[in-house]
Amino acid sequence: MVQPNAVAAAISQVLPGAQVEVEDLTGGGDHLQVKVLWEGFRDLSRVKQHQLVYGALRSELASEAIHALALTTACPS
Amino acid sequence: MDASLKSRIESLITASPVLLFMKGNKLMPQCGFSNNAVQIFNALGVPFDTFDVLSDQEIRQGIKEYSEWPTIPQIYVKGEFLGGSDILIELYNSGELKEKLAIALAS
Repeated sequence: MVQPNAVAAAISQVLPGAQVEVEDLTGGGDHLQVKVLWEGFRDLSRVKQHQLVYGALRSELASEAIHALALTTACPS
Repeated sequence: MDASLKSRIESLITASPVLLFMKGNKLMPQCGFSNNAVQIFNALGVPFDTFDVLSDQEIRQGIKEYSEWPTIPQIYVKGEFLGGSDILIELYNSGELKEKLAIALAS
């Protein structure tokens, strides 16, 4: 499991200035719903946007500290 | 990544116009996210093939590296990576998935 704050911090470190919302769906810390708004997503495909976020959480996903991650990415409107 | 594994993956994704890498199979999905993907393709009524990553550890790890994508399911259309579960649902809800698949299957 991971702390939602740690997830948000890891994402913000790779995507400076991103607005990150992390919701722990089960209370167990391993099924997370994450929304990321970042200006840098403009002109990137959805796949690329998600890859950037996954990249920030690479070790947590590989170790299955995060087992399931529902991800939404968008540009700030 | 190992060249023979890479070529195995490439032959898989080019052999099927729509290929879903999933846990389990169409009749017995072994994960809720894989099941969602199957249900979406069924709802659209498009032909699709599946590959059960639980049956093949080499592909299970290899596809994650190949797609630079850490999770299963993964969807390939005409050899191109479309995304995973969240993107599939988003594209389905917006109607883009139906359109993309119609174009891919027509050509």
